[in-house]
Amino acid sequence: MAPNGVNGVVPDDEGIDYSDIEAKYQVEYDEGLDNILIVDGVPVIDKSKLEKLLQKISKDFSRKGCPIKPENINVPWDDAKGKSKGYIFMEFKNADDANRALATMNGHPFDAKHTFYINRFTDFERYLNMDETYHEPPPEEYKPKEHLRAWLADPQGRDQYATYRGDEVEIHWHGKPSQCEVAYSKLNWTDLYVSWSPMGTYMATLHRQGVRLWGGPSWEPIQRFAHPLVKLIDFSPNEQYLVTWSYDPIVVREGAEQGPQYFSPEDEGNNIAVWDIKTGHLLRTFPSVYPEGDEAKKQMQWPALKWSPDDKFVARVTPGQQISVYELPGMHLQGKKSIKIEGVVDFEWRPIGDKDREEMEKENKPAANGAPAKQKKVRENMLAYWTPEVQNQPARVTLMNFPGREILRQKNLFNVTECKLYWQNQGDFLCVKVDRHTKTKKSIFCNLEIFRVREKDFPVEIVELKDTVTDFSWEPKGERFALISSNDPNLGNPGPGITIKTEVSFYQLDRTKGDFKLLKTLPARTSNTVRWSPRGRHVVLATVGSSSKSELEFWDLDFNTDETRREGAPWGSGIQHLGTADHYALTDAEWDPSGRYLATSASAWRHTLENGYAIWDFRGQELEKHILDRFKQFLWRPRPPTLLTKEQQRQIRRNLKEYSRVFDEEDAAEESNVSAELIAHRKRLVDEWNAWRLRCKEQLEEDRRKRGKKAEPAKPAPEEEEKEEIEVWVDEVIEQIEEEVAE
Amino acid sequence: MRPILLQGHERSLTQIKFNREGDLLFSCSKDHTINVWYTHNGERLGTYDGHNGTVWTIDVDSQSRFLVSGSADNTMRLWEVQTGKCLFYWEFPTAVKRVAFSEDDDQIVCITEQRMGYQGAVRIFNINRDGDGTQRESEKMNEMGGKRTDDRIESKEPASMFNPIGSKAVVCAFAHTPDLILTGHESGKVALFDSKTGEEVLSNEHAHRDVVTDLQMSPDRTYFITSSKDKTARLHETRTLTVLKTYTTETPLNSAALAPNKPYVLLGGGQDAMSVTTTSLRQGKFETRFWHKVFEEEVGRVKGHFGPVNTIAVSPKGDCYASGGEDGFIRVHHFDESYFRAKPYGDLEIED
Repeated sequence: MAPNGVNGVVPDDEGIDYSDIEAKYQVEYDEGLDNILIVDGVPVIDKSKLEKLLQKISKDFSRKGCPIKPENINVPWDDAKGKSKGYIFMEFKNADDANRALATMNGHPFDAKHTFYINRFTDFERYLNMDETYHEPPPEEYKPKEHLRAWLADPQGRDQYATYRGDEVEIHWHGKPSQCEVAYSKLNWTDLYVSWSPMGTYMATLHRQGVRLWGGPSWEPIQRFAHPLVKLIDFSPNEQYLVTWSYDPIVVREGAEQGPQYFSPEDEGNNIAVWDIKTGHLLRTFPSVYPEGDEAKKQMQWPALKWSPDDKFVARVTPGQQISVYELPGMHLQGKKSIKIEGVVDFEWRPIGDKDREEMEKENKPAANGAPAKQKKVRENMLAYWTPEVQNQPARVTLMNFPGREILRQKNLFNVTECKLYWQNQGDFLCVKVDRHTKTKKSIFCNLEIFRVREKDFPVEIVELKDTVTDFSWEPKGERFALISSNDPNLGNPGPGITIKTEVSFYQLDRTKGDFKLLKTLPARTSNTVRWSPRGRHVVLATVGSSSKSELEFWDLDFNTDETRREGAPWGSGIQHLGTADHYALTDAEWDPSGRYLATSASAWRHTLENGYAIWDFRGQELEKHILDRFKQFLWRPRPPTLLTKEQQRQIRRNLKEYSRVFDEEDAAEESNVSAELIAHRKRLVDEWNAWRLRCKEQLEEDRRKRGKKAEPAKPAPEEEEKEEIEVWVDEVIEQIEEEVAE
Repeated sequence: MRPILLQGHERSLTQIKFNREGDLLFSCSKDHTINVWYTHNGERLGTYDGHNGTVWTIDVDSQSRFLVSGSADNTMRLWEVQTGKCLFYWEFPTAVKRVAFSEDDDQIVCITEQRMGYQGAVRIFNINRDGDGTQRESEKMNEMGGKRTDDRIESKEPASMFNPIGSKAVVCAFAHTPDLILTGHESGKVALFDSKTGEEVLSNEHAHRDVVTDLQMSPDRTYFITSSKDKTARLHETRTLTVLKTYTTETPLNSAALAPNKPYVLLGGGQDAMSVTTTSLRQGKFETRFWHKVFEEEVGRVKGHFGPVNTIAVSPKGDCYASGGEDGFIRVHHFDESYFRAKPYGDLEIED
């Protein structure tokens, strides 16, 4: 970097003339024009507008932290036309300022039509003076990049998981017992915790300096995001963007690195940053917002920014006021204004289902007959939000499409304490869990308002419940949901040793009537967590975070009916309890992405009792259990959505028998292999041990001889101990009674 | 395997020891007493009274003639096994944490605690084994006309003494040759010291990650097992201090013993006595665990104690074992017939 004053502009040198020294050392800076930039893409104007333009430009630059005075801008004129040439020169105080301006203002959208492109004046000169003859550049050696999704090509089709224990992060393969192995491990890989991106492509590690992404089979560093003291991260659904949050506001220190990857002075004081994963560029920063209300409940929501399922928009709520939606990749406020909603508390984007995805694909593909693909209007996203009761206004749940900003459906609700929005993962249903209070506001009960989003006019159905619902979850890709309710008086005041009694209920959509009906209720449980398999059908009920109960219940909801013929069977007959298991003091339970295995873990972050993890199959059989000290985190690596079409999947399901035969053979071969291996392994261990013992004994003998002692009679010959059996009769007189018998 | 429950101590056990024949079991406890029991029926044979503080450690010689004990009353005492008389005692500035006889019974090694400004020390004493042991100092003095002779009583002064620097030594034993002392340290270090010069001959700084709680030698002293609070027990070669095997459990270990003639090691431990009241019983893990010595696999557990297992000993005959717990009980288990017949790993012959 050029030191201050190189160009003769010496702002604070107290009038001492250094020019001779400068002249001597200036050689490496040709012509001293490093402080001059050429800005291209400036509107072509005539003389009358010049002043206004210069002021606007200088204001734009100043706002971004690169102040420039209009008199330091030189506008070349095309005298023939009487107009400007569309580019300008800027002279900054020094090369540093110029560099900063270049970094921040290059690509700056001046207005709708004009974007600034900035070059150094010296560069310009250099390019002008370039050698005209073409030198073929030496071909850069081709370095094949590792495939980021290589793990999906595993010949055994295994899944991966990451564990974090002590200071060590390990990536494991999980398959059949013989195929489980550690794929990679590294000490001090992360300072806080690790996290997978939603499709499993990257693994993120958190450090003091920021976030790092890793990937590929050899776990090369892929990208880094310099957000000091980052605490929370969130990926966009399609892994294009990353949101980071730090409790400490951003500070840009003097002499900090500059560039699109780094914070600039205007980001100071903010907590949330949005990054582009591929380029590593910082897109925008925000301050964190805390929900309104009393101080005690003030807890930031995370994720603070909610992504639309197609990564096109990201939105954040300013509680009580508005939802602001930003358009990617520019991160500009969509439509230049937020959606003003008085009192808004929370919102959720509607997820994209497989159906939507198929439709989108169809639209994108040109029709087979050569006709041009018809340009349909852009697919609209949808979001749902709710506002609480204010004075005479009822509480309200609203569905709105976006970017159309058209209200699709609105539902008024009364006596509302709290709402929670639950989208089914295909976007078919929206369940609004409404906690309602009685008139006296003493007790709370619960309503479920279920919107059927795929149907016309979004019909709403209400499920009324007497008890408080503590957990609700939709079956992925399904028409069922499970909820946990409780009327335990201890609910709400947790204490050590208190286990809340709960009830678990399953509901299913009755297709004939189109409403949701109770399938089954399991009374007198302690479960507080429902985990649906990502494929649906299987569900696990767990008691998490309790010190006395730690039960896992495995249920199958389609036990005796085929998936395709569900209708004929009597209502609720398919529910079957598969097994019960116990993992003491578990803190987390997670299905693997294939829905075949469940992993439970007890993390040292919560308590220090029997930390470790276990893996179960869907029936509740324990496959692996590891009790590991200082065990912190267990994470399955997610999988991207399948590339097979519906038809292909159906084909596979039809030919399942054939495939399974091949697999069975493989299994059998392997099993015999494994046991043979184990026996050989043991034999080797014993041989090693025996050989070592023999050596030891010889050496000992020798030592003894050296010490001049008699070669010790190694062991007293195992003489048979003389055993003498003595039988002792003990006569004990307990009582003696003399009786005179009268004759 | 029905255990015999020995209820003779009022406080937690600190160490138990079988004699060479395995017919007697010695035990010491925090209640200041030492007991001796018949192994086969659990009858108490007698006590050795005299200590005035927790008896931390005992050892018996190979002829079951002398018993040595170390206590928190800062003394080490030599007892006659048969009569229960205290033959001699040594006084130190701090408590005696560990004592051990040498292989030929000629020497005793002891560790005194580092405390109150005194350095921890390892001392070695020569034991005078002349006479039949029935003659006592006073009688002797009478015989000789009141004149003491030195060959009758033990020497007050250690044959040698040294202060291991660095981490405190907590357990010790004579190594495969009498001129080497094996020590286990608070830091998890295991080291060999020259018994004459006190020089550290060899050490393995990272044998364990936490304090070494027990150290027991194999019959021929060519290898030994250590247990540690780091939840592992390890088998080491005495000559090189290399770790041969590691047995990783999920609980802090207080004791580890080798089963003679069978390829098993016995591990005992459990939640710290301090935290027992705050954790549930199922987490206590107060079982004695049997591990396969060579394959490093757990083969079984024996429940029973309702406090941590503080000390385990296996009879040198290999026919029974005993465990002493924080709960104040000793449980003596005579192995079932099936234990000797069982070949859980096929016909592989494993050298002892």
